[in-house]
Amino acid sequence: MSTVLVVAEQLDGALRRPSFSALKAGRQLADRLSAKLHVLLCGQNLGAAAQELAAYGGDALHIADAAELAHPLAEAHSQVIAQAAKALGADYVLATSTSQSKDILPRVAAKLGAGMASDVLGFAGEGSAVTFRRPMWAGSILVEVAISTPIKVLTVRAAEFGVAEKASAPAPIQPFAAAVDASKVHAKFVDLTLVKSARPQLTDARIIVSGGRGTKGDFKPIDALADALGAAVGASRAAVDSGWVPSDYQVGQTGKTVAPDLYIAVGISGAIQHMAGMKNSKVIVAINTNPEAPIFEVADYGLVGDLNKILPELIAALQKH
Amino acid sequence: MKILVTVKRVENTESKIKVKPDGSGIVTDGMKYEINPFDLIALEEALRLRDKQGGEVVVVLIGPPEAQTELRSPALAMGADRAIHVKHAGPLDSDGAARLLAKVAEAEKPDLILCGKQAVDDDQGQAGQILAELLGWPQATAASKHESLESEQEKSKTPGIQIAEGAKTAKVIREVDGGLETLEVQLPAVVTCELRLNLPRFASLPNIMKARKKEVKELTPQDLGVDVAPKVAILKYAAPPVRKGGIKVPDVATLVDKLRNEAKVI
Repeated sequence: MSTVLVVAEQLDGALRRPSFSALKAGRQLADRLSAKLHVLLCGQNLGAAAQELAAYGGDALHIADAAELAHPLAEAHSQVIAQAAKALGADYVLATSTSQSKDILPRVAAKLGAGMASDVLGFAGEGSAVTFRRPMWAGSILVEVAISTPIKVLTVRAAEFGVAEKASAPAPIQPFAAAVDASKVHAKFVDLTLVKSARPQLTDARIIVSGGRGTKGDFKPIDALADALGAAVGASRAAVDSGWVPSDYQVGQTGKTVAPDLYIAVGISGAIQHMAGMKNSKVIVAINTNPEAPIFEVADYGLVGDLNKILPELIAALQKH
Repeated sequence: MKILVTVKRVENTESKIKVKPDGSGIVTDGMKYEINPFDLIALEEALRLRDKQGGEVVVVLIGPPEAQTELRSPALAMGADRAIHVKHAGPLDSDGAARLLAKVAEAEKPDLILCGKQAVDDDQGQAGQILAELLGWPQATAASKHESLESEQEKSKTPGIQIAEGAKTAKVIREVDGGLETLEVQLPAVVTCELRLNLPRFASLPNIMKARKKEVKELTPQDLGVDVAPKVAILKYAAPPVRKGGIKVPDVATLVDKLRNEAKVI
């Protein structure tokens, strides 16, 4: 019987939401293969996170709790993930495509001599010969890849899989005796500056309002609409490069890939590189002065006009009900 | 200090990528090529570090013989001192590329390897990290900075990566989900570069001329003793499903009505 090992993530003891997408994808893969599903969580002081994660099921939840794992340093975490993969006889090691897993998993693959596919969108193939669908050229092309090594490492795109639901029975929690060889860790964590926001995170949000060049640098109307909808704020590369908003607002090929229920693009023309990051949204609204803007080609609802007139009207209309 | 910069030749990012009718690859007739945009950022960072503290910048490219065009300009023309061209045409996965680069690094013994955070053709984003693991070096992926690309810091071409006195360690600010993280890595290290690290310079005409005479050392995977048979094979290429365009609404009231009662998303 084969084994799928899902690597979950936490920050300062709090589970990170993308972990639930890895669990959902892991469950899908395990069902396909009639495989066992194991889950691994690495960090320090993981008691509460372990309890919460266990409720989502799996054959076992392995907890690697050690001071050396307090920060997600790739050299330390990759040692433990590779050890767990070997100890559990994992055939697949899978995590969500977060900045953390994108950093760590290629090192795990190298340690295991495994081939790796990034940003997997779905599974295909016959029986145990699973193949992986993934985007190339910023999603302009979808490819189906096969990995020939005994162990296969994957990161999956959260937006494509959704999130796991709680299981009928919790996974048994098992401590994993992590052995971090400190002589092989040559990096030190210095600090982490989180962008503080009362709004939801871009990659978690159900609704996103994004601004582009058309805002001419004034994001106040965008912020106001986002707050009226309880939405996250995003931006095009043009807005980020102009220094109008922080770089982690950027949606697109070189920014974040999102797929909310509703994406409202305001003053964004719709460059290929932006559309690569949002075209899988369930419903797209475009507001732009230029009726020929390419964004209207992917928008479910387009409204031509000046955002400074439309957005206040829209906020008023939303607040009326 | 000696900095090795990895550069890849990719399809021009303004080009429309089309699949061959039989799904065996993409249409390359008339295709224009360029150096992967993230690799140009890595090269710019290397040049700034060299200009600040001296040393040498070596660019390494794995690709077909024709790729020497892009290796000379813009890569050498931007200011790299010399180049290594590992000639290879045909399939190559991130693991194969990293194993070739590891052999080059073992021979060159750089203090720092700078890579793009991913290549915009295969979008795997793995080679830098695999390379670091093969060499047993630390890594800092998605290097960025706090200052914007409009800042004085950027205009004065100050490097975002801070090399400590004595060049034993470096501080790197990384873009992570939700913010920026600072790591201190011992050198030698592998650092992969994010979009917001810098704005790469353009190659001037005199420098493009000079680049024609710069040294390009040619190697093959056989010379490096690396079997590049891929672990990850692409079976099929396809165009993504086309999203159907919708309708234009005349006013805000109609938009709100549609979102509430038709799409049911608010």
